[in-house]
Amino acid sequence: MKKISLTLNGEKRELELEPWRSLLDALRNEAGLTGTKKGCDVGDCGACTVLVDGKPLNSCLMLGVEADGHEVVTIEGIEHPLQEQFIRLGGAQCGFCTPGMIVMAKALLDENPNPSEDEIRFGIAGNICRCTGYTKIVEAIQAAAEEMRK
Amino acid sequence: MRRFEYFEPATLAEASALLARYGGRAQPLAGGTDLLVELKEQLRRADCVVNIKKIPGLGALSFDPQAGLRIGALVTAREIEVSSTTIKHYPSLVQAVRELGSIQVRNRATIIGNVCRASPSADTLPPLIADGAVVSIHGGQGTRSVPLEDFFTGPGKTVLKSDELVTEIAVPAPAPRTGKIYIKHGRRKAMELATVGVAVTLTLEDEIRIVLGAVAPTPIRAKKAEVLLSGRKIDAALIERAAQSALEESRPISNVRANAAYRREMVGVLTRRALQRALDLAR
Repeated sequence: MKKISLTLNGEKRELELEPWRSLLDALRNEAGLTGTKKGCDVGDCGACTVLVDGKPLNSCLMLGVEADGHEVVTIEGIEHPLQEQFIRLGGAQCGFCTPGMIVMAKALLDENPNPSEDEIRFGIAGNICRCTGYTKIVEAIQAAAEEMRK
Repeated sequence: MRRFEYFEPATLAEASALLARYGGRAQPLAGGTDLLVELKEQLRRADCVVNIKKIPGLGALSFDPQAGLRIGALVTAREIEVSSTTIKHYPSLVQAVRELGSIQVRNRATIIGNVCRASPSADTLPPLIADGAVVSIHGGQGTRSVPLEDFFTGPGKTVLKSDELVTEIAVPAPAPRTGKIYIKHGRRKAMELATVGVAVTLTLEDEIRIVLGAVAPTPIRAKKAEVLLSGRKIDAALIERAAQSALEESRPISNVRANAAYRREMVGVLTRRALQRALDLAR
């Protein structure tokens, strides 16, 4: 076991982890934050997207122990117009991709407050949704971007 | 994942010593986007994982108009994608990284990891080889340099010994009047492995390199096609002959992404297209 300390959604936390546990499993099973979803567990689906030092990545492809000294933000730590707009415009259907999708969309809007549809689709290429056909998700991200710019 | 010993060495010497001690049973970890997948799917075994992220000096990305680009072992694909220097001077490499996985993957995946994984279809390899990249290697016996085109020995196989790490890739500065392009052909636009990849780096009436990905056990230069074009005034007829030559030089296999005949045909199509675009860009 290795002891790590990290900033998790703005709070200092200490965790004791086996080195072969992914950050995703550490978040869900050790930190009790089950908002981050485990889809494919091999970096293809994006359901486990979190921000580490502000950058979106697949938490299934990072070891938990690598988070030592870093700042991690999960869906539980995000309050953003995206959430309301996903509800309002039907961007969330079964909901499984939604946490990862919103974390990714937040990272996208932080970097580019006025993305084109192409830029949004390029940005969320690593987040797989099997319900919406993506159109409603793109619309929700556009609506949130507009709200942010007001 | 199966359990493994985990180390965070502070120096290259310490890392090499660990890799030597565990022989082939130790795996270096940088981005982890290939390694962790392969450990989870039991395609690769590690009794020991050596995280090289705590070694100082491996994270540098720098450019000098004479010396060219230096990419450290921890530089991510995303850093190459968004750097104004690489966008300006290494556009074919930027095209390649834009199509590598997702932004989430590119924020972790390193260029040197993509190189060391040695996948025949790896997107960064054709543009790097076309640009004349050289890798710096550190091991227990000291350091050495190898041109990237001589680095690969087969699918997933390289000249690296078990205690060696690639610490840096150096890519020469582009000559004036040079056009560069990478064209990736896949079944869909994103999250895809290349069915065929073609990179061209062309300097007008001077050197030209054509590198083919995913159509041989390693990335290969289409050397006969290069000879047809090097130092010549290039026209449509010459491009056609070079494209045909590249097609004949490729040695693709059939797999789930495409059959060999289709791949070979696409080498011709994409080489023609890449040469024309590189020529337009160089003018």
